[in-house]
Amino acid sequence: MDLSFVIFVEVLYGVASLVLISAGLAVVFGMMKVINLAHGEFMMMGGYATITAVGYGVNVFVAMLIIAPLVVGLIGLVVERLVIRHLYGRLIDTMLATWGLSLVFIGLATMIFGNTTTGISTPIPGFAFGGYQVNGYNFFIIIVSILLVITMYAILRGTRAGLIARGTMQHSDMASALGYSSDRIYMMTFFCGSALSGLAGAVLAPLVGLVPTSGGAYIAKAFITVIAGGPSLIAGLVSSATSFGLVSQFFTFTISPVIGEVALLIAAVILLRTMPKGITGRFFKGKL
Amino acid sequence: MSRRASQDVTITLVVSAFLIWFLPLMISTYTLTVLVIYGMLGLSLGLIWGFGGILCFGQAAFFGLGAYTYAITAINIGESTLPMILAVLVPAVFAALLGAMMFYGRLTDVYLGVITLVVTLILFKFMNSTAGPQYAIGNARLGGFNGIPGFQTLNVPGDPSAYIWGDTYFYVCALALVIVFLLVTWLLRSSFGRIAVGIRENEVRMGLMGYNVAARKTMLFAIGAAIAGLAGALFANWGEIVTPNLFSLGQSAEIIIWCIVGGLGTRFGPIVGAAGLAYLKFMLGQQSMIDNTLIMGLILVLFVLFLPRGLVPAIETLLNSIIGHKKRKPKPHRMRRARHG
Amino acid sequence: MVETVLETSGLTMRFGGVIASDNVNFKLQARELRCLIGPNGAGKSTFFKCVTGLLKPTEGHVYMRGQEVTGWQTHQIASLGVGIKTQTPNVMDALSVHENIWLAARRFYSIVEARERADEIIERLALGAIARAQMGQLAHGERQRVELGIVAVANPWLVLLDEPAAGMSAQDVDRMTDIIHQLTRFAAVVIVEHDMQFIRSIAQTVTVFHQGAVLMEDSVENVMSDPQVRAVYLGKKA
Repeated sequence: MDLSFVIFVEVLYGVASLVLISAGLAVVFGMMKVINLAHGEFMMMGGYATITAVGYGVNVFVAMLIIAPLVVGLIGLVVERLVIRHLYGRLIDTMLATWGLSLVFIGLATMIFGNTTTGISTPIPGFAFGGYQVNGYNFFIIIVSILLVITMYAILRGTRAGLIARGTMQHSDMASALGYSSDRIYMMTFFCGSALSGLAGAVLAPLVGLVPTSGGAYIAKAFITVIAGGPSLIAGLVSSATSFGLVSQFFTFTISPVIGEVALLIAAVILLRTMPKGITGRFFKGKL
Repeated sequence: MSRRASQDVTITLVVSAFLIWFLPLMISTYTLTVLVIYGMLGLSLGLIWGFGGILCFGQAAFFGLGAYTYAITAINIGESTLPMILAVLVPAVFAALLGAMMFYGRLTDVYLGVITLVVTLILFKFMNSTAGPQYAIGNARLGGFNGIPGFQTLNVPGDPSAYIWGDTYFYVCALALVIVFLLVTWLLRSSFGRIAVGIRENEVRMGLMGYNVAARKTMLFAIGAAIAGLAGALFANWGEIVTPNLFSLGQSAEIIIWCIVGGLGTRFGPIVGAAGLAYLKFMLGQQSMIDNTLIMGLILVLFVLFLPRGLVPAIETLLNSIIGHKKRKPKPHRMRRARHG
Repeated sequence: MVETVLETSGLTMRFGGVIASDNVNFKLQARELRCLIGPNGAGKSTFFKCVTGLLKPTEGHVYMRGQEVTGWQTHQIASLGVGIKTQTPNVMDALSVHENIWLAARRFYSIVEARERADEIIERLALGAIARAQMGQLAHGERQRVELGIVAVANPWLVLLDEPAAGMSAQDVDRMTDIIHQLTRFAAVVIVEHDMQFIRSIAQTVTVFHQGAVLMEDSVENVMSDPQVRAVYLGKKA
């Protein structure tokens, strides 16, 4: 009983962290059909923003949940204005340019923070459950992810901005036809997407030591989750994160963490081969 | 047509003979060797991407596979001829299987990118995790992140004690690149190459004409992988060690940057891009003011934004306009980098 | 007896609950010229796509020269000697007109023969002046004409054209009519078309589609004067 609870939490944590890692990328891809390959570096910068802020004596939760998203969102805004907006509609070119940007950010972080691992301690202590030690911080991540999904759903469903966003997702000309400047919508979207990346990087930072190249560990997983999710933003994100989370945690428990990671990647290849339009291209059509 | 082909070969031979004589006067042959090898790796992606429209985010996978194949078989055999051949064949067969899976599934652009990237990551993660003694093929321990050192390096075929190294090894690599370059030239002039370009331009039309697009893309993909594998084996010989870093995403990214900077849709561009940027990186490595990665990234961003066609085509256009040379071809329509690209 | 080159039996295509093609039985004889007409959504294009292998029909069979080709891929069908032109011009933009046509010829002929065939077609279609020009720089009508050249150069015995006259000037349409007549000397031709003017000028037999099924099949005159067809085209110039 105790064991099954612990395993349940671990699996849930696996899914939640995938949702968290991919949310920023999913928003940008869903709205703008732009694959931001610097997404991992945005997360890395979220981590560094948190650590720096905590170093100045800011409360760790304020740093993670407010400062990091703001800082990274602003960086994203600058990136969108300087680079991305010149490349709209050129999917491959934006991928290449953002890949270049990711290298630029790695280089910058190396120059500023040095090539050593920095970290902050987990702000929530672990506790014993039956005979097992449970990482309390995992609960925090699960809760943040759930809140994130609910908030995204509420915004898309219930607000005017969400309505415009849904229109844009279905028809990129729709917003401009309705009299909204697509330029501004894209700017806002990229800001939100970047802020989400920053949030994810900040929240996950206490679990992993930060190095300038940390982003590389995230980008592939996020990329896979978003592409495999398919056209629907939230349904795609949740369904593909769940499938991959289950697969990778299953193999992690039965064999080893490395095999878990490899299994996730193999699952992605199989999934894309059988459903080239992603999970929501096949199921849950037309959902958010 | 045939006269122009012979002209092409003559120019290639004259230029490469000059470079092979001239460059060692400027740069050490040890550095030059790796530039030549990178040139070949750049050409391998330049072929499938520039002429076949297949953007592979994992060309490093074939490079690493070639290197590992060489190292593992060289340890077991103790002679280098068969390992060299296998280092070309194994990546080609692997690519043929992977390509068949992707192209017969009609996967394009982004999905192709994801899958090739993921396959590279799988190899990278797997190789990194093989540190234990249970991971061994024959006498060769895979060694995890430490890689495999101490294998038999290139020797005169049939005589394992006659090592080919130093200056001689540079000439061997340079010759190999010239041969590969000529083979690529021949391939692109053949019907197969012209059909590949047709497929790059419009897959649907080529299918309507009766061409089996999936089979042809798979074949081209495998040829690109074979060249990358050869480059990998040569690299293994040069470095005398193979590590999982050969499979890293950074390595794949660099190959793509070489092609963009040098110029897609040309044979010469990716080679120039590879050798030029690798040399630049080597020079930058000797200072510590500005981070290396930063400059590489900046170069990629700036090229995508301002010179997406790359250096070689841009210089060609520039020369043509300066000399006032009557252009043989009309100004090229901007090449399709990939579908919707 | 005249050979049947294209036949479908019970061809049905469903998308979810929508029946886009409903039990179509169709027969075409060698060197026949047939037009498929019908209002938007009548199922002409779906039928066309099922026959050319762009879609796999849910039910039914397609035969070409007696050979069952149901579910074959497009390139396999084209390899039989079937020339296909899709609705939107499908050409290789960065290549020259000559290269485009040569590629089509090369599929069925040796390198030398392919060049001869390409030269011949270019002359026949009066494309000589633009043979070395890049496809991407040509006007719409010229592109359509080159695409017909791509189809013709392979010497097909069955030609399937989806809206070849769409968006063309009157002069271009005249040229197109000429080319199609040339094609019918050796091949059976199926044309999916909206433009009634164009159909009057070339067709003998017309098949009318309505709501996925074949409504009637008769000569142009009879079809045009049929009250049912007029009703289907209500509000349209018939």
